[in-house]
Amino acid sequence: MSLEGTELNGGQALIKSLETEGVEVIFGYPGGAILPVYDPIIDSKIRHVLARHEQGAGHMAEGYAHATGKPGVCMVTSGPAATNVVTPLADAYLDSVPLVCITGQVAMPAIGTDAFQEVDTTGITRSVTKHNTLVTAAADIPAAVKEAFHIATTGRPGPVLIDIPKNIVDAGNPDAYFLWSYPESVDLPGYRPHPGPDAVSVARAVELMMKAERPVLYVGGGVLKARGAEVLRRLAELSDIPIVTTLMARGAFPDSHELNLGMPGMHGNYTAVMAIQQSDLLIAMGSRFDDRVTGKVGAFAPDAKVIHVDIDPAEHGKVRRPDVSVVGDCALAMEMMLDGITKHGGSSAIASHQPWRQKLSGWQEKYPLTYEQSAPGEYLKPQYVLEKLRDGSPADTILTSGVGQHQMWASQYWQFEYPYTWINSGGLGTMGFSIPAAIGAKAGMPDRTVWAVDGDGNFQMTAQELVTATMEKIPIKVALLNNGYLGMVRQWQELFYDERYSEVKLTHDMPDYVKWSQAMGCEAFRVEDPDEVEVTIAKANEINDRPVVIDFRCHSMENVYPMVPAGGSNDEILVDPSQRDRHVDPSQRDRHVDPSQRGDFAGKGER
Amino acid sequence: MNLTGGSLTQTSQANERTIVVVVENKAGLLARVADLFARRGYNIVSLAVAPTQDPAFSRITIVVDVKDDLLEQIVKQLFKLIHVVEIAVLGPGDSVERELLLVTVGTTKETRSQIVELVDIFEGTIVAVSNDQLTISLDGKPDKIDDFGTVLEDYDIIELHRSGRIALPKIGRSVPRLRAV
Repeated sequence: MSLEGTELNGGQALIKSLETEGVEVIFGYPGGAILPVYDPIIDSKIRHVLARHEQGAGHMAEGYAHATGKPGVCMVTSGPAATNVVTPLADAYLDSVPLVCITGQVAMPAIGTDAFQEVDTTGITRSVTKHNTLVTAAADIPAAVKEAFHIATTGRPGPVLIDIPKNIVDAGNPDAYFLWSYPESVDLPGYRPHPGPDAVSVARAVELMMKAERPVLYVGGGVLKARGAEVLRRLAELSDIPIVTTLMARGAFPDSHELNLGMPGMHGNYTAVMAIQQSDLLIAMGSRFDDRVTGKVGAFAPDAKVIHVDIDPAEHGKVRRPDVSVVGDCALAMEMMLDGITKHGGSSAIASHQPWRQKLSGWQEKYPLTYEQSAPGEYLKPQYVLEKLRDGSPADTILTSGVGQHQMWASQYWQFEYPYTWINSGGLGTMGFSIPAAIGAKAGMPDRTVWAVDGDGNFQMTAQELVTATMEKIPIKVALLNNGYLGMVRQWQELFYDERYSEVKLTHDMPDYVKWSQAMGCEAFRVEDPDEVEVTIAKANEINDRPVVIDFRCHSMENVYPMVPAGGSNDEILVDPSQRDRHVDPSQRDRHVDPSQRGDFAGKGER
Repeated sequence: MNLTGGSLTQTSQANERTIVVVVENKAGLLARVADLFARRGYNIVSLAVAPTQDPAFSRITIVVDVKDDLLEQIVKQLFKLIHVVEIAVLGPGDSVERELLLVTVGTTKETRSQIVELVDIFEGTIVAVSNDQLTISLDGKPDKIDDFGTVLEDYDIIELHRSGRIALPKIGRSVPRLRAV
């Protein structure tokens, strides 16, 4: 039903605007200043998911956006709610997630008076949003919403915040009424997302690609944002160029494909890291030379010419000066590259990569990802749990993750075959991301299995959202890799702080994760024995009417390898101790630690 | 008290570049621009803001002291602000630049005529007078203001205010006007 010409108040207009934008679900939390907007939600077809913390609402909106490709929407009140949503906004900003966040604000006459629950929301969020705006008249709400969705989803996607003072949405305020109409276009003279790659720079890129002997496609999250997985595959196969997929791009290219070398970076695998280092042509496709990928910038891919494809002009030359800069949408650029290669004579005209491919497969054979299975009586190895989870779950399972060791293992050991199956906090590194992000993903993709891989530290930050999952009937599954420690910090203290462990011990059994999960309405299991891992995962995958949590009791001392020490060159990569050459680094291989120093870390003492 | 802090003569430096930013005239826009400079660690030498002939837009003139690669990054980051419409980077050769100086100087019977003479030489204006002080207004190119400041340093500067620089391209000179992308 068209309401064109009907008089609406600002609150009704806000919800109507969201409906017009096709919003299916709002993740939110009501409160004083946003109350008038919550009233028309009762009459709306939009689903509202009531989070248990505003941070959770924000991460749910992010998870929804990652999984569906549609902008996520969260709505919270003023003051503390607005500050609670700053973390998800920053997370979405760094990972280029399209998000529209609506915050209530105190009534306009009270703005600037230190009113109850007043903060300068647009001021606080300015540096963590692509754009934000304080709306000052009810009649401006439709245009503000239209612009927010346009800005959030075009160009380089990102979060946009709309701050809404209470008086302009208040049904009791005669000035909050206006004749409803929704604008058909936006009026933003300063916002012109880049139209598309220019043919000249693409042609120069293609020339380099035709003659490179050791090329690597360094694929980042921008390829997924551009919905470019399919054209990436065609480009890789035509050009026979090996691919590394960054943490934000896992799933953009099938892990089973022979051209996929896996993840580069601080915890990337040896072949992916060294392929970049020794390449003569690095094609950065929607990636941004993040410090976790480059290590020491001066020593990163020292012999490579660089082609940088990115829609954000400011990424070009920010870290590494490219030889060819292609500003524009990755998917469009890759289509143009395909045409260019075909015009140059196609795959037969491309320089041979055979010696390069042989070198790469040599590394893959010599330095695969590896770990030592736990001895009888020891706690589980997290890598083993992830392998069993991967093998026991559907291939199109959506995997979300928190931040830390478990995140790196998940990215390393999962086999990603489809785009948009991996959702994590890459740029900001937000602990507690996985459970709310899984809820958002499952809300958007209800027919898919959604597993949240989590650490025990992370779990304690956002576990309350499992109440949301239960109450809203969003049956996510949580694989809690419980090692009793803040594992990544503990690993750094072991390696770089002389094994002096400071404030990292959590313990495996305090809190009791099974009882806690049960109290939140989840089915919960505990697994300590490797033989129980597979069968418990199978049981969890059978449960579809409520959330499931498995408390996997994991080994405390397991480290993530390979590892490039922070600030070091990628050439200094540390592989798993079992792969280290005695001649190169005997101290690492044979390192003996006084058992009294390890105390309760020792595997057998744990149970 | 010397409010000049000795920096009066140090405003026109070799790496100084004038960035003229045309923005939509929206609430908080100056804060957005200033915040961008602060959080990315770019130093602002001077700043001037006023509406253009079209009141829907304002012109922000920012003088920065940076090398070329950082200047490029600043311009690109400025363009990411949604309400930034146009940016021009002006070098001294292709623009007309002006600053305004207001300065109050303490005078004695001996120094008063010397100062008046200097104001005449620099084509400034005396805008206020008392028994022992003069307030001088001087506009001109940044280096002229610098020079005047240098000669005034021999006298008793009571209070000094130098405006941010404003600039327009020279007529007939083509200055690349970068549009938002």
